[in-house]
Amino acid sequence: MDESHHDTVAIDPHGAPDDHATHNVAKHVRKYLLIGAILVTFTAITVWLSYVDFGTQKANITVAMLVATFKAGLVAAIFMHLSSEKKLIYRILIFTAFFVLGLFFLTYLAWYDPVTR
Amino acid sequence: MEIPYTVTARPDTGLWNAKVGIWLFLASEVMLFGGLFSAYVFLRLDASPGDWPHGLLNVPVGTMNTAILIASSVTVVLAWAALKMRQFARYKIYMGFTILCGVIFLAVKLSYEWPDKFSHFGAKIREDRLEKYEEFLGNKHASEKGLAPRREITGHLHNHEALHDASVHEYEVQLDQVNAAPTDPQSDRPHFWPLKRSEKIAHIEKEDVELATMFLPKHNTFFATYFTITGLHGLHVLGGVLVFLYLWLPMGTRLYRRNPEHLANRVEVAGLFWHFVDLVWIFVFPLFYLL
Repeated sequence: MDESHHDTVAIDPHGAPDDHATHNVAKHVRKYLLIGAILVTFTAITVWLSYVDFGTQKANITVAMLVATFKAGLVAAIFMHLSSEKKLIYRILIFTAFFVLGLFFLTYLAWYDPVTR
Repeated sequence: MEIPYTVTARPDTGLWNAKVGIWLFLASEVMLFGGLFSAYVFLRLDASPGDWPHGLLNVPVGTMNTAILIASSVTVVLAWAALKMRQFARYKIYMGFTILCGVIFLAVKLSYEWPDKFSHFGAKIREDRLEKYEEFLGNKHASEKGLAPRREITGHLHNHEALHDASVHEYEVQLDQVNAAPTDPQSDRPHFWPLKRSEKIAHIEKEDVELATMFLPKHNTFFATYFTITGLHGLHVLGGVLVFLYLWLPMGTRLYRRNPEHLANRVEVAGLFWHFVDLVWIFVFPLFYLL
């Protein structure tokens, strides 16, 4: 992972930031605008795809969830800076992912009926 | 008392403390919304055909609110970037815009979307009386076309007293287009622009009805999950707006003068929360409005 991310750059807390750090942040501003535009575009695509018939309702839901996951990934990676974060944050999130998947698996177990299936 | 590690990294974690704190909080938030979404999946998979309504929410309004939340996510990260570059005036503008977006989102939800549902009426017809209301339900047409069966007649209720007065024996409903012309191919699928309500009136006898209420959480499982999840999400939007206001008002200015990096870090953690709220909405929007 890129540990030289802008928010880890040392800045004198009381004074003006050094030129390097300022430049680093300025570089990212255009990226944030671009991601925003992509997210709005994909919102429009999600709406459009919901009126396209993919055969079954399940197929339509799958397509919409794939697009939503892509958008959520962009928000997490870029806006939430997860594309370059410290190890501890990833560790916390691995635990979270494990438990939330476990939660959805419990839902699946409740729905799954081996006797009358 | 001085809070430690607000701007400098703690040697063992490599992070300033609030960053670790907000991520632990967001981890618990994932579990909170995860629980509600898994309940949604469970209830939806269990719903019998025709019991999960489509096209009852206003898609253009939902799309607009989605775009507003995305725009606010961009501006909050720009507000943070402005602080990092020590451009305080810009920070104020971007943060002000973010707050405005949050307020608009909530205003649309509370002044239009929810009240619109509270004033919309639906009557679920008893299984053995469906035939009687065939002209409004069009189930023959629906089964020929392979569409889900229709059991509900919806529209604007003219005689509100029917809801609580036992001496009134029928509901007088100004029908939604789908019930006014159920065999019209236009009624087969939901539309992006909601169809205008028809002028046609139906009289539905109370004894033919299994359940008749306004579109409240108790109306059906769809609205129960819709109001629960969008309600909790709305509370998060409100929480975010309040925190942003705190960082935007004179308290923010004072902190900036004392330690600009500290304010930047506070905006960053508040922003992380805001992005999470945006991320939840990215799933809420298609699940409730579109599918």
